[in-house]
Amino acid sequence: MTALLEAQHVTKIFGGGLIKKHRTLALEDFSLSIGGGQPSITGVVGESGSGKTTMARLLLGLESPTQGGVLYKGKDLRQLSRPEWHAFLQDVQIIFQDPFEVYNSFYTVDRVLTIPIAKFHLANSKRESRALVEEVLRAVGLRPEETLGRYPHHLSGGQRQRVMVARALLLRPKLIIADEPVSMIDASLRATVLDNLRQLNEEFGISLIYITHDLTTAYQISGNIIVLYRGSVAEAGDVELVVGQPQHPYTQLLIGSIPLPDPNRRWSGEAPASAIGEQAGDGMGCKFADRCPQAFSLCLGKAPPLFQTNSHRATACYLYRDYPSIRPEEMDTVFVRRTASSKIEAG
Amino acid sequence: MAEAGLILARHHQRLGHDVSSDDPMKPLLEVKNLRVYYHTPRGPVKAVEAVNFGLKAGERFGLIGESGSGKSTMALSMMRLIKPPGHIESGEVLLDGVNVMTLSDDQMRKLRLAGIALISQGAMNSLNPVMRIKHQIADGLQSHGVRMSRQESDDRVGELLEWVGLRREVADMFPHELSGGMKQRVCIAIAISLRPRVIIADEPTSALDVVVQRQVMETLRRVQEDLEASVILIGHDMGLMAQFADRVGIMYAGRLVENGPVRDIFSDPQHPYSQLLIASLPTLEKKGLFQGIPGFPPLLLDLPPGCVFHPRCPYAMDRCAVEYPVLRPVGPNHSAACHLLDERQEVTS
Repeated sequence: MTALLEAQHVTKIFGGGLIKKHRTLALEDFSLSIGGGQPSITGVVGESGSGKTTMARLLLGLESPTQGGVLYKGKDLRQLSRPEWHAFLQDVQIIFQDPFEVYNSFYTVDRVLTIPIAKFHLANSKRESRALVEEVLRAVGLRPEETLGRYPHHLSGGQRQRVMVARALLLRPKLIIADEPVSMIDASLRATVLDNLRQLNEEFGISLIYITHDLTTAYQISGNIIVLYRGSVAEAGDVELVVGQPQHPYTQLLIGSIPLPDPNRRWSGEAPASAIGEQAGDGMGCKFADRCPQAFSLCLGKAPPLFQTNSHRATACYLYRDYPSIRPEEMDTVFVRRTASSKIEAG
Repeated sequence: MAEAGLILARHHQRLGHDVSSDDPMKPLLEVKNLRVYYHTPRGPVKAVEAVNFGLKAGERFGLIGESGSGKSTMALSMMRLIKPPGHIESGEVLLDGVNVMTLSDDQMRKLRLAGIALISQGAMNSLNPVMRIKHQIADGLQSHGVRMSRQESDDRVGELLEWVGLRREVADMFPHELSGGMKQRVCIAIAISLRPRVIIADEPTSALDVVVQRQVMETLRRVQEDLEASVILIGHDMGLMAQFADRVGIMYAGRLVENGPVRDIFSDPQHPYSQLLIASLPTLEKKGLFQGIPGFPPLLLDLPPGCVFHPRCPYAMDRCAVEYPVLRPVGPNHSAACHLLDERQEVTS
């Protein structure tokens, strides 16, 4: 079965041209396939500079890969015909981080909903269009009469982001890429937006790529998770395993640094001393070796492949070199698939 | 002048071999009935409304609030940095018993950094990009009348950098050569350069990754303990508050709705908003245990009558729509503003 969207050995390097000599390796040999069967929610977690937004932009065709390719229904994005591109634009939607900048403040919020209807000929009359808009607004828990006709500044951040979820839903896409959708929303409204996203997946069968720096929300919403570190996959697999018993020293560091909302369980000991960005990785060896408390000689020579440590998890770390290694394009074979009842199978 | 002189005298005394004779129970900083409004053509926006709290020496106080709750306005008002259309309508901010609202502009300028220092939101992006770090740190010292030779200045800057966990060589660098976490530490170094008694940190780590955030917060905690200064940490991240603060205050729509020891607030929150806010936090242990708060925060231009939270409150009573509940004690050093607590007291008594 052809996957809806597939990244094959995608590498993206910024710079390195005549004017800007400095090269930045944003994403290295990344493979992922989405939407082959059951609708899924895949979390992509990483710090700033981990390549997570570059990955989203590559999947959306907003950047072209330096090496490798992004395929929509088996065809490279760069070779799509006009009608195919049109279909791609409808099937794959994005929800951006900032629910303020996506609106033009001179127009009411209706505009972000009516434009896609016109562009994709979703309705034949004004009344049909209005009914469609009201339907999707109700689906995300907004009251149309309180939302339509208002200007963006009349709505709170949470409301604005929910209108964006409604807009994505309007096109009945097969995949939504959400890039930090809740990071600018207050805690009290965050849960509602996350719930909307989960609902899109469960009720409308839409797959989701949930990109974030926040492991807690990624854990809450995703079935599988990919931890990125400086453009490479550090650990991937069933979210329960990766978050519950992290194996990669980087995942362990990330989880240990999360400020838990519990005053009785405070950070213990001194924080690890080295910080990201102090030493530039040159692509040799494991990218985390300079910060890793457990690094040894092997880590400095060659970048570690993914080792499949469990049927539902792969870790790119030489500490697990006794397990069989898998190729990057096989990463998603460890992912758990959801059953119809949307419960996660035992991993 | 006399009052500012008093603060500075105490301050310098403390710098020397001072024996503090201050009553330990007396708060170092007291905010009394503070009201700050922004005057707009459509009426006053009540950003801070009748806020009271006290801060003991060496205490870490967390001021929690969502966007628009007035927490950053609180920080600016305590520094007297509110600009029009904002205006401090009434209230007092007492530092060591001296009301900073009555100081002259010049006295206030001297007090900033030396008495109260602010690490503002995005402070690291306000470093001057064309000035070496050492000059930016020395700048604050010089403008407060500290006269030093170049050698003394370099020594002082080096000490400050080492204090916040940076190498001395950072002094000769420019901001663009530093990572976000390093820049934020430079800002902490500037804030502590005159050994202030109170440090106000307004979302100091909101732009940093979790690992760096932890490092910066631990640096802040270490220098605060070395200095025996008090810290007011302002933010919306409940996790960070639980990790850092001794006591927290929760703000909603410009009001302080609950104030108490961090452990009590997290284990047994009294105000319905605090309860719902804590219940809205996702955890790493179990899926689906968190819930949003229904409804939306009120517009500060058009606040509901009575308790500002009543339109979203699951326990709202008739009384809540008419009468604003005042903060009342609910435990040791713990107070909350809710009519439900009255009812409960009547039942138990």
